[in-house]
Amino acid sequence: MKSLSRILAIVLKELTQLKRDRMTFGMVVMIPLIQLMLFGFAINTNVRDIPAGLVDHSNTALSRVLVQTIAATQVVTFSERYSSVKEAEAAIVGAKVRAVLIIPRDLSQRLARHHSVGLGTPAATNEETSRPVAQWIVDGSDTMIASAIKSLRAMPLSELLDKPANRTIPTFEVELLFNPEQRTVVNIVPGLVGIILTMTMIMFTSAAIVRERERGNLEMLINTPVQPFELMLGKIIPFIFIGGIQVVIIISLGHVVFNVPINGSLWQLALATLLFITASLSFGLVISTLARNQLQAMQMTIFVLRHSILLSGFVFPYEGMPVFAQYIAEFLPATPFMRVVRGVVLRDATVMDMSIDTLRLLGFIIAGLTVASLRFKKQLD
Amino acid sequence: MTELVIEASQLTRRFAELIAIDELELAVEKGTIYGFLGPNGSGKTTAIRLLTGLLEPSSGSVQVLGYNLPQDANKLRSHIGYMTQKFSLYDDLTVKENLQFVARIYGLPYRDQSLRISELLSTYGLQQKTSQLAGRMSGGQRQRLALAAALLHKPELLFLDEPTSAVDPQNRRDFWEQLFDLCDAGTSILVSTHYMDEAERCHKLAILEEGVKRADGSPDGLMQAMGANVLEIEAPELRKLKQQLIMLPEVVSAAQLGARLRVLVNNSVAEPTEWLKRQALVSEKAIVHQVRPSLEDVFVTCTGEDRQ
Repeated sequence: MKSLSRILAIVLKELTQLKRDRMTFGMVVMIPLIQLMLFGFAINTNVRDIPAGLVDHSNTALSRVLVQTIAATQVVTFSERYSSVKEAEAAIVGAKVRAVLIIPRDLSQRLARHHSVGLGTPAATNEETSRPVAQWIVDGSDTMIASAIKSLRAMPLSELLDKPANRTIPTFEVELLFNPEQRTVVNIVPGLVGIILTMTMIMFTSAAIVRERERGNLEMLINTPVQPFELMLGKIIPFIFIGGIQVVIIISLGHVVFNVPINGSLWQLALATLLFITASLSFGLVISTLARNQLQAMQMTIFVLRHSILLSGFVFPYEGMPVFAQYIAEFLPATPFMRVVRGVVLRDATVMDMSIDTLRLLGFIIAGLTVASLRFKKQLD
Repeated sequence: MTELVIEASQLTRRFAELIAIDELELAVEKGTIYGFLGPNGSGKTTAIRLLTGLLEPSSGSVQVLGYNLPQDANKLRSHIGYMTQKFSLYDDLTVKENLQFVARIYGLPYRDQSLRISELLSTYGLQQKTSQLAGRMSGGQRQRLALAAALLHKPELLFLDEPTSAVDPQNRRDFWEQLFDLCDAGTSILVSTHYMDEAERCHKLAILEEGVKRADGSPDGLMQAMGANVLEIEAPELRKLKQQLIMLPEVVSAAQLGARLRVLVNNSVAEPTEWLKRQALVSEKAIVHQVRPSLEDVFVTCTGEDRQ
């Protein structure tokens, strides 16, 4: 009972202080808003409108039609024209364009003999007919741009000659579940919940104890009957609510603005985020007991945040990382949460369907609170 | 025998190489104001932290209000009040919010809280300031707020660590009046200070230097037991005279006070006035007379050795 009233005392105190701190209060709302808008519109793994150059040695009606057909795919935009390959290469080095299309003088001969035009698949040894019609030179250092251009490699050419499209029969049928239109934002928005919560939750709590120490309040606090775990709980409870507000902002705006489906139940989403918020908060408390001042706490927060963005699977697929990096990623609460939240929001999974990741989050909470309470001794040395 | 609220024996605390408190012996009687007098860095704050259970002693034993430290530190907390040297309440909370927070932390019953808070607000003249942020108040107001917060749970023993370092003389006087009121009501108080006039107000005091207790007792007792006589000389060229006098083995110290020179002469000299007049350096016209010792003289005699 006394313990409860002490926890309440700290919660009320934190809320009053937060209410006075207009800037922080504003950030609670503005950070998810701005990041959702920026990331939602900005992060796109389907590359379009790559600036490209053109070297047209053929300079015929046919070559112009070819260029228009390519431009119609919207993968590239032809912004520059060069008279020689040398000039074009210099433009790539100078980053004026990312790719250059070189159309040879004998385009029409090449095209006439090209298999897609109707001569059927040629023998690979037949040099006359196996020649491509033109060539791309690409700045291959960015793999996403390179693969976007590569996707043009087998572009059908039949419409160039007003012929009906040659139907090619794929080896595999691919059915895309949950995001058939392949919109990046569908994957980004639920992930953003994890990133924003990692940032604000760890940042707020990591500063929590340190700030009391820096301002000298801790010396008064440890002289009172308040117990370490009461202090820890009292510090994190207000931020659970704040985290909740942020989740509501991200998910509802993501739904309204970016049309991200919410396939799972809201209760499951609430449960998953509650687990993650608590895990992040206890992680922050551990930092708070390690750091000697607010600057150190901030550095540690950014350290955790940066790795959460890069390793958790938020932008780059977890499966694409080498095994040792996957192990490191598992020490960040954002990694299991990234899987759970996408599962719940996009695939209508329940927290129980993803029990291993759920247990991981629980593990983070217990470990974090224990370490933080043990490290925070009621003594000054 | 009077009841003791603090008993410490051979209390020692080391920080790596440094011995912050060296074999401190302490006995503080109930219902008195006990002072720690010492310069900055003499171990006053460390001693208080040891006595409140904030620091664990390296060796020695402490009993405060009958609780053994550090084992019973948690039980002791609700019986003592502690006012830190630096203001340690929340700058971004109002006076009332700060007091409410402390009241809740100490688990005061809800219906007693507002009564006790308004009682303290009026005692310490803060009624007009209830909704002012603590960070925007003057040093004196903050000090009264801190005292009120330390007293919310009616502690039997109050620790004050340099409570008046940030307040003006008038506020200091008022503050001490309030301490005597508390003492009258039965609260025992331990206060640390580096002001002589404050130390002189204590019932008893201990003089600390470099973690060692150099002397203790009542201010009067200390003055009487001082191993030196105090004389004042009125003469020209005091600066030069001072330089020469402190070379004499019998002279403990010499300090200029405006047109006078205050000289402490060792007790081994039987007739200090005559002796001083006989010194060749003192001119014929000089007026020498013995004066009542002050606490500062006591302080100088018992701390001087190591520094010179």
